[in-house]
Amino acid sequence: MEKQGTIQLESVFQDRIDQDIRIEPRDWMPEKYRQTLIRQISQHAHSEIVGMLPEGNWITRAPSLRRKATLIAKVQDEAGHGLYLYSAAETLGISRAEMIDQLHSGKAKYSSIFNYPTLSWADIGAIGWLVDGAAIMNQVPLCRTSYGPYARAMVRICKEESFHQRQGFEILLTLSRGNKAQKAMCQDAINRWWWPSVMMFGPSDDASPHTAQSMAWKIKRFTNDELRQKFVDICADQVKILGMLLPDPDLKWNEARGHFDFGPINWEEFWQVIAGNGPCNKERIAARVKAHEEGAWVREAASAYAEKQQTKQTAAVA
Amino acid sequence: MFLLSLQMADDALLLGHRNSEWTGHGPNLEQDIAISNIALDLIGQARNFYQYAAFQFNENRTAYEGLINSPAFQQVAENLDEDDLAYLRDANEFRNHLLVELNKGDWAFTITRQFFISLYQQHLYSDLQKSSDRQIAAIAEKSLKEVNYHVRWSGEWVIRLGDGTEESHRRMRSAIDQLWQYTGELFIPADYQEKAVQLGILVNPGTYRESWMAKVRAAFDQAGLVIPESGWTQKGGKQGIHTEHLGYLLAELQYLQRSYPGSSW
Repeated sequence: MEKQGTIQLESVFQDRIDQDIRIEPRDWMPEKYRQTLIRQISQHAHSEIVGMLPEGNWITRAPSLRRKATLIAKVQDEAGHGLYLYSAAETLGISRAEMIDQLHSGKAKYSSIFNYPTLSWADIGAIGWLVDGAAIMNQVPLCRTSYGPYARAMVRICKEESFHQRQGFEILLTLSRGNKAQKAMCQDAINRWWWPSVMMFGPSDDASPHTAQSMAWKIKRFTNDELRQKFVDICADQVKILGMLLPDPDLKWNEARGHFDFGPINWEEFWQVIAGNGPCNKERIAARVKAHEEGAWVREAASAYAEKQQTKQTAAVA
Repeated sequence: MFLLSLQMADDALLLGHRNSEWTGHGPNLEQDIAISNIALDLIGQARNFYQYAAFQFNENRTAYEGLINSPAFQQVAENLDEDDLAYLRDANEFRNHLLVELNKGDWAFTITRQFFISLYQQHLYSDLQKSSDRQIAAIAEKSLKEVNYHVRWSGEWVIRLGDGTEESHRRMRSAIDQLWQYTGELFIPADYQEKAVQLGILVNPGTYRESWMAKVRAAFDQAGLVIPESGWTQKGGKQGIHTEHLGYLLAELQYLQRSYPGSSW
């Protein structure tokens, strides 16, 4: 009887999905759908928070006051995105504290791209253009994802991300029109960020275990390879405006496919970085843990003070 | 009023810079955003004052040229802009109060310093709104709205930490002990400030002391904190004699502009 009830609920749920009706926090949902969303949204939130570190690395060294202000605002936006996303995940029955613990313990993942170092100012431009560009490609379809709170968070996030991407491109454009050293700095950053950005779309479709189910639930709307191709096509054109090159000797327009062909991806590197062996995996987590631990006394003081105020208020009412 | 504009710009830039060191490392996400916001406000104020200082310099180059001797600065042949002033002066050409250049310290240190400076800026900008220099008055009016928020935010944190836990109280006391000796400088006018007073551009900052002290006392009373017995005042920043912290700050802040002279960013 109970099993039949669940089957019925599942078919009502899938019907709603099929009709593009949003699933809201109080609606019934399969446990696996809930878990998939918690995994994906928290991973996304963690990526925003860890992503603050490589860019924050250049705030104190930004080359002009305007660039400094823009970079602070950008990193601050990422903290805001983290907040919306943690809140969206909380509607699924997990607390922010639990999610943060999972990040610190290594149980939860974040985007591997942030395990690469930012070595020059041009990296801030390359992150905006390529990393935010790839993120937007992944995220725009999420504005129509089936879970309501996630989709709504993504609408706000996408607006700000496209602004960040333009800023990043503009940093590179300025360097590409600068002196010889600036041009070299620009090309070097593109060389280092290109392949990790191409990898941001995740394993190819035949090696992506979650894709089929996520597509059926309309959490995901396009496959990893479809999005990756779209990204390569756009960047291959944009790089010409910069007068720079993408570091791929196999990159070539394929008239028959109507797409750019591109060279093989180094999946060994991808899996190594995921496994914790990227250049900055340990540093990134250590920096997050340090901020959290050093902030513990501040958070405790704030709660203790709030409690005292509450007690005073209750006493006054009594 | 070149030096006066520069002085206010330097205060805002360096404190903004110190606060921005928290971005990505705050005690929680909400406060990470708040302190970054204050950093942004201050850098915005710095830009306005630097732009005005650059304008004055360009208008009357011969009068001000001798004030800045760093080799990097002297290579700027054409009109100055905000970045030349921020990135090409040496430490002894900065006119900020010592308070703003000190390392960021812990959250209690950051909060206490912010409260002291924001309260001072609240007095300063309130007066400057009525300044006979219309450009300075306009910048002050715009900045005051931001500073009112900084006073409220940092004041609330002073109370929360002072009256929070034993540890937060202890850290607040330690922050106050370290910072108090630098507060006196806020109220001792430099010669260019005295000149501005004579011209009706500025009210003597010494007149803010009493009201500033009363507001600090009110917050400290609520927080269970005590104002230290008045002691020695560290000063010199406004004349270009700084702490050891400033050199490192500028080495970092100015690195790209100094390594790639004459480049656009």
